[in-house]
Amino acid sequence: MGINKRLTRLTLATIGAFALSSTIALADADDNELVIEGAKMTTMVEGAKDGPLDEVYSGWRFRSEETQALETDDFDNPAFSAVDRGKELWTTVTGSKGKSCSSCHDKAEDTMKGVRASMPKWDKDLGKPITLEQQINECRTDRLGAEKIKFDHADMLAMTSYIGLQSRGMPVNIDTSGPMTEWAEKGKKIYYTRVGQLDMSCANCHEDNYGKRIRADHLSQGQINGFPTYRLKWNGLGSVHRRFKGCMKNIRAKPFKVGSDEFVALELYVASRGQGLSVETPAVRN
Amino acid sequence: MKKSFVIAFAAAGAVLLGATYSQAGSHSNTVSPEMAMIKDGTFEKSLTGGAGDAEKGKKTFANRKLGNCLACHANKDLASQPFHGEVGPSLDGVAGRYEEKQLRAIMINSKSVLGEATIMPSFYRLENGIRTMKKFKGKTILNAEQVEDVIAYLKTLK
Ligand code: HEC
Ligand code: HEC
Repeated sequence: MGINKRLTRLTLATIGAFALSSTIALADADDNELVIEGAKMTTMVEGAKDGPLDEVYSGWRFRSEETQALETDDFDNPAFSAVDRGKELWTTVTGSKGKSCSSCHDKAEDTMKGVRASMPKWDKDLGKPITLEQQINECRTDRLGAEKIKFDHADMLAMTSYIGLQSRGMPVNIDTSGPMTEWAEKGKKIYYTRVGQLDMSCANCHEDNYGKRIRADHLSQGQINGFPTYRLKWNGLGSVHRRFKGCMKNIRAKPFKVGSDEFVALELYVASRGQGLSVETPAVRN
Repeated sequence: MKKSFVIAFAAAGAVLLGATYSQAGSHSNTVSPEMAMIKDGTFEKSLTGGAGDAEKGKKTFANRKLGNCLACHANKDLASQPFHGEVGPSLDGVAGRYEEKQLRAIMINSKSVLGEATIMPSFYRLENGIRTMKKFKGKTILNAEQVEDVIAYLKTLK
């Protein structure tokens, strides 16, 4: 269906080449199908009627074939040493209370299924949405008696990729209703605000120009369904907030702090733009 | 396959402008960014009072830490440089489409000519996005001399 729609648009663009302005962006995502270990992923969905995107694409569709291939096989996926480490940590006792994650949550395969797909989630006690990393830290401090660790600490990335993997293939399903609405709106405002000396918003690159090359890079929609993501440039895994920081620095803007309310709101909003895409954690990007 | 990987690595990270920055000294007859107000999509007067140097402008145009125009614009004259972006139109023949005073206006404040929504940075304007990094605060992306050099270079793209 999506392909038909694109073909129609292509035809229209050709016929009406003189009438149509050059600002019409043809999403130049490829048509490759992502199958990971035999399971088919959804890398394109029709956007919501009142949403900003006609078609919602996973960043995978914009990567080179070589990079794409790395994600299709867990043996080739360089993130899997972290996943193995996460599996180990799951049952490793840490902190003052003599507990591990598995003391409360038993088998991650059962209890963590679907978690990544719906984070950030509302935290009643805090009265705000929290990310997967913040939830893990809450468990560490309150229930394990361990200290907080940073979003991009090796152990955190091991946990987030292992927990995230339990949702792989499930559709992103973010709740933006009730008290979340205000936060999603806050994230949306950040998404569309021009920042930095180069004076750009996230939308300038990821909504208005996805599918095009910006120097050597092929712009995607900046979706976060694959996080934490193994990035070849980083030579390792990175959190969503690390990615946001990098994009802000590129436009010479002072990034918000990792874990700040601003980045949580932005993560919530960006996650909601990817509703329906398969969770690909841990994805591979360049 | 190997080769494309190497290239991808080399180019990664240099998407837009890099971190370092240099500002050449300003001259007494330099038009300050505050005074460089665009009228009807044009700016007549040279920002330095003199003509730019096209050769230097070509370097500023290509330099990832300065103009980095290739991030968004293809340009056949710089075919020797890898990776020309597609975000903006090709600048081949741009001198035939715009007069010097229009090119200057686009360089100074892209928004005043191309529209508020354009992604193109304004290279000689101080009112840019919020939260600008400290080291770039109160500074223009290019200085007056560099802007004039780029304009001189653009005029050679016939
Ligand atoms: C100057 C252009 C530009 C701007 C502005 C920009 N980005 Fe990016 N972003 C990129 C490029 C280039 C990449 C790497 C290629 C890709 O995945 O699109 C990227 C990648 C990403 C990714 C990773 C996507 C994936 O599939 O792994 C996310 C998430 C992202 N950006 C979010 C944002 C957010 C949020 C903002 C605003 C704070 C933003 N970007 C602003 C250029 C930009
Ligand atoms: C981040 C992207 C970006 C960068 C960097 C950029 N431009 Fe642009 N430029 C554009 C876009 C996009 C347009 C077309 C107008 C629009 O759609 O907003 C444009 C239009 C132009 C035009 C008018 C071209 C025409 O044929 O109508 C000129 C001239 C120009 N740019 C010169 C430059 C120069 C010189 C530099 C570097 C010093 C530069 N641009 C850097 C995005 C960019």
